[in-house]
Amino acid sequence: MAKRLSVIDSERCVGCQSCMFACVRRHGHGGLADARIHVRSAGGIERGFVVIVCRACPDPQCMKVCPVDALKPRKGGGVTLDPEACLGCGLCVEACPLGAVFWDEEANKPAICVHCGFCAEHCPHAVLALEEREEAAHAER
Amino acid sequence: MQNGDTLCNVLHIDLAKRTSWVEDRADLFEKYIGGAGVAAELLHEECPKGADPLGPDNPIILAVGPLVGLYPLASKTVAMFKSPHTGNLGESHAGGRSAVAIRLAGYGAIVIKGASTSPIYLAVHGGKAQFKDASALWGIRSSYTAGRVIRERESGAGHRTIMRIGRAGERLLPYSCVTTETYRHFGRLGLGAVFGSKKLKALVVSGNRSLPVTDKKAYRATYEEIYEAAVHSELMKKYHDLGTAGNILPLNKLQGLPTRNLKAASFEKADAISGEALAEHYLGRRIACSHCPVGCIHLAALREPSEHEPYFYKTSMICYDYELIYALGTLLGGSDVSGLLRLIDLIETYGLDAMSTGVVLAWATEAMEQGLIPEKETSGVALAWGDYPAYMQAIERIVDQATEFYRALGMGVDHASAKYGGEEFALAFGGNEMPGYHTGPAAHLNYLTGARHSHLDSGGYSLDQKALADGKTLDPKETAEALLKEERWRQILSSLVVCFFARGIYKEAVVLKALQTAGFDLSEEDLARISTQILARKYAFKRREGFSLDDLRIPQRILETPARGGAVSEEFLRQAMASFGEAVESTEDAS
Repeated sequence: MAKRLSVIDSERCVGCQSCMFACVRRHGHGGLADARIHVRSAGGIERGFVVIVCRACPDPQCMKVCPVDALKPRKGGGVTLDPEACLGCGLCVEACPLGAVFWDEEANKPAICVHCGFCAEHCPHAVLALEEREEAAHAER
Repeated sequence: MQNGDTLCNVLHIDLAKRTSWVEDRADLFEKYIGGAGVAAELLHEECPKGADPLGPDNPIILAVGPLVGLYPLASKTVAMFKSPHTGNLGESHAGGRSAVAIRLAGYGAIVIKGASTSPIYLAVHGGKAQFKDASALWGIRSSYTAGRVIRERESGAGHRTIMRIGRAGERLLPYSCVTTETYRHFGRLGLGAVFGSKKLKALVVSGNRSLPVTDKKAYRATYEEIYEAAVHSELMKKYHDLGTAGNILPLNKLQGLPTRNLKAASFEKADAISGEALAEHYLGRRIACSHCPVGCIHLAALREPSEHEPYFYKTSMICYDYELIYALGTLLGGSDVSGLLRLIDLIETYGLDAMSTGVVLAWATEAMEQGLIPEKETSGVALAWGDYPAYMQAIERIVDQATEFYRALGMGVDHASAKYGGEEFALAFGGNEMPGYHTGPAAHLNYLTGARHSHLDSGGYSLDQKALADGKTLDPKETAEALLKEERWRQILSSLVVCFFARGIYKEAVVLKALQTAGFDLSEEDLARISTQILARKYAFKRREGFSLDDLRIPQRILETPARGGAVSEEFLRQAMASFGEAVESTEDAS
């Protein structure tokens, strides 16, 4: 069964950004350049946090605008990136209404979530989880 | 350090000429690691001897370290400057997103010099420093509003720090703070006034670059070790659950909690304002600094009904910590939580240092009690223990510099008591108002000898408590030696810019391992040498600017109110100060 990263409860988020650092660390370095998840305040820290993740859409808008088909459908929703095909045009970033296609300035390519769940393993406050997803159910979530 | 690590970049900003440039100072980072070590050296370089703390020559130095952006809890920025409050070494640390933003913007340190002729704020994005007109922001009553405006105008949400000052800083009150991310502060020693003197309303820095490591496998393994220790340790649980406010009841039980300007060292109503009570009735949210899984920042949700309209409420999120409950609660004899929270909120609004403000108000209350203040100078405010509406009126007058008396209060307790009397109960050390621990001689020796006269310099309160638990009494020399050892080690932590709450995790072996993956190949001996050098460099600066341990005033009150961790006598403190001074001085030439 396909897995998908999910935000369980953003009200529990303390804004530590451990998830963002985990995502980057998985690729073997530090910093935040190619993080595929983002946490920012919801208009001031007193209002809590917004946690932005790819929701693995069944019919991804990002994919539909790619002029060179560098984004391919991923089993279970969302997309995978073929970096060699990618032109770095950034249309996918604009297309995602959730803001979940991130931009890696250093590579000049989109940073696409692969739903590995490493970030969820490093969320200290149970905000994130990697969920098993029923094929039939995923269209609604 | 590693080739290509941008930590070596020092961003220089000249506010007078409105120019900026970057210098490669790998030499400094290799010698002093980062943070406090590098900042202390930059302060020697950039601050001319005898500089006016509120003049254009006084630099603002912000420094981070190699572990920032790589490891959890390396989350602090060290600020150094000449303090307008003490006229000497100014050093203050803050978290929020500041350290990660500066490091990932591609800098190890930022040096701001000169002064602008009109209000501006600085925005550093993508390697460029922009000078932005802040005329419309200058004078806005609430620092919350200034923060919101800048937040909405600038890019980089989630990757940025917004450091700003309030009215107190604009008006050059020497204990005004710089606030970052709404709830974290460069609180002590008056960085806010230094910003104000430069007409610098705010500094925004954003960045999200990647950082190289020397060995990916070792990096991940060391990360897991630190992360696991952080999320599963008892210490961390303590800071997450109740936060520092959890210390109120233990300190009260120990009779080490300064109450009513330290006329007493325990508070009969401590239960009402304990961390437990606040968590149960008010805790609305916990937040964290960037890259800190702990989340020790506690926000109270204060729900207040309107005086004029039924069913009309407003809810404010107000940050509390141990030191605030001490300075604005017990020290003022206050047990009304909503009053306390409103007072904290007002102090945030104006951007004052909460600890100094509390000590100033406590002194003023006692001075009024003793009839030292002529009634015509109080402009109708009668301060009384626990009377929060009166304290709020006093703060308005301090910020407005309403009368001679409030102008004096705005300068701190040393200044006010020199003018009006009551020095014996003016709780300040080296010009800096007292932190919230009256645990015994080590705490007070720490305030006197610590390079920034902060309880965080050498954790004297902890030494007192340990001696008490072990049933031991340390003599003056032993006390001085123990504090010196701790203060030296903390130079390493604050050069790595690791949060002191994580000092139990970042022990020597872990520090060396983590540094290795960041390209710093150091040994235990190196750490010992560097730590000694950094403290010696700070003391050299202090001495250069006229500091002498012999000149320090010891407030009579701390000798009179009994402390559990051993009687505090002037003789003990003077002997211990002499030991401390000799030991530091002996290392100054070698550094």
